[in-house]
Amino acid sequence: MPDTPRIAAVGLIGLAVTFGDKMSDAANRAAIAFRAAVDAADWPEVTETASTLVSTFVAVDLIDTPFEDMQTRLQALLETRDWYAAGLPGGRKLWTLPMCFDDSRAPQIEEAARAAGLSKAEAVASLSGSRTRVITLGYAPGQPYLGTLDAAWDIPRQTDLTPRVPAGALVVAIRQFVLFTAAMPTGWRHVGQGAFRTFDPNRETPIVLTPGDEIRFAPITPAELDELERGDSLGGATWEALP
Amino acid sequence: MTAQLLIRKTGPAVSLQDLGRPGFIAQGLSRGGAMDRLALHEGAALLQRPVRAALEMIGSGGTFEVTADTRIALTGAPMQARIGDTALAWNASHLLPAGEVLTIGGTIEGAIGYLHLGDGFDLPPLMGALSAHNAAGIGYPVVEGEALPLRPDTGTQTGLQLPHDPRFDGGTVHVTRSLQSPLFGENALYRLTQTPFMRDARANRQGIRLNPDGAGFAAEGGLTVVSEVIAPGDIQITGDGAAYVLMCESQTTGGYPRIATTLPGDLPRVAQAPTGATIRLVLLDREAAITREKAARAHIKALPGLCQPLIRDPATLRDLLSYTLVSGAVSALADPFEGDMP
Repeated sequence: MPDTPRIAAVGLIGLAVTFGDKMSDAANRAAIAFRAAVDAADWPEVTETASTLVSTFVAVDLIDTPFEDMQTRLQALLETRDWYAAGLPGGRKLWTLPMCFDDSRAPQIEEAARAAGLSKAEAVASLSGSRTRVITLGYAPGQPYLGTLDAAWDIPRQTDLTPRVPAGALVVAIRQFVLFTAAMPTGWRHVGQGAFRTFDPNRETPIVLTPGDEIRFAPITPAELDELERGDSLGGATWEALP
Repeated sequence: MTAQLLIRKTGPAVSLQDLGRPGFIAQGLSRGGAMDRLALHEGAALLQRPVRAALEMIGSGGTFEVTADTRIALTGAPMQARIGDTALAWNASHLLPAGEVLTIGGTIEGAIGYLHLGDGFDLPPLMGALSAHNAAGIGYPVVEGEALPLRPDTGTQTGLQLPHDPRFDGGTVHVTRSLQSPLFGENALYRLTQTPFMRDARANRQGIRLNPDGAGFAAEGGLTVVSEVIAPGDIQITGDGAAYVLMCESQTTGGYPRIATTLPGDLPRVAQAPTGATIRLVLLDREAAITREKAARAHIKALPGLCQPLIRDPATLRDLLSYTLVSGAVSALADPFEGDMP
């Protein structure tokens, strides 16, 4: 495969601009920043954009619009700057999510701490004090992959699946968190539990997180979590604009 | 008072589907919508109005009534259908009188039938569409006892029919290269076109499994690649070398590599292939794919002009009803995204 960044057709529905062949913080930042630049260009042929882990997807009907035309335009935009060094776009949010790290609601916190070579107290301090970025949303609607955690958290998936963790579960592996949209089985370890729902079709804004947003946690007790679970699907989440 | 569709009974996989919900890929929600989009356009042509949401019936239909006389159209996979005791022609429009029972049974060929009503349903859109997205838990329930309100219908014509379209028994499906095709190499792409595939029973609105008659496929660099955007119709290779054609409710990104992508106009043929049907893939370069896709779009535009008055031919109808049922059943157990699970 050619070097990155490279531009390729996604079937007949668009183009992808790929900034790396594996996940890296720089490639992910580039994909998010380049997506914002494509949005700002406001080309009428572009019906939708998205960023994945390391790519920007640009939806264009390649039956009506020649691939080469869009490739030329995207290439010119690519050459305007070093996207790996680009800052993240404006309009991002810093979210504060109430999160319970107590064993009673986060049953694998101790096991995850051992895997990371930390005491339980150190693990809770490290995870609850983390500030991560929404790398991408996927697998389920609105479900964020959050990174990148300290190197100690480069822990593998467990060999067996946990049959079910609830919606709102915070799980960890490979220096990333996932905050689950719905109850499901997982190979990652369940280290936190919140009342924030990443997707609620009945909410005014069903999906509130956007790739590039940042997340910090406000540690709460099991009793406080119980209280939030009786409230709305934002689960006490608040945000402020990032400069 | 607004007319209503009363749901008396339904099969296990009946849902409301329109052309789906674009615009949410960045947020992890795929477009969704009808598995056989051509069938929606056929229904719109038969009822002489724009595309509206229809009932998508996978494998089998159900029993329905309306509270006021309502035009209906039946498209997609032909199913056993009758009003009262009168058998109905498929791919045609009819009048369903208030209080009479419309019964739609199993598929005669193909996998997925569609029931269109008058001018569609009078329901508020959910995130911009009426489509049920089962994987995301979006949609109106279509279950026994539900009453779905219908939009007032200004149209009056019924008794139109479209020519039978031969997309219900597998056959030739056209594909083109996509983002990850280079991971497999040209030899594998050539072999893809020389390998007959059999439509597996494992299939749902997320993906349809095709079993190769011969050796399986694999990307040269292994099975795990960085997760990339998915287009509906992408042909994903899973751990055992089989192919999954990713359908309307697929995830938005995936870490299993995809060898090629199905042309949008050929996806209805994949959706309608019954279990056991043979599918052969033909690889087109981009230029040929665009030409073919333009023809598919022109066909959709031409549909209203292809509608003809329905000629009732009892001999043909009787013949049709004597077909053995072909199972188009779906399995909710198949998960083409297992390897992507966090």
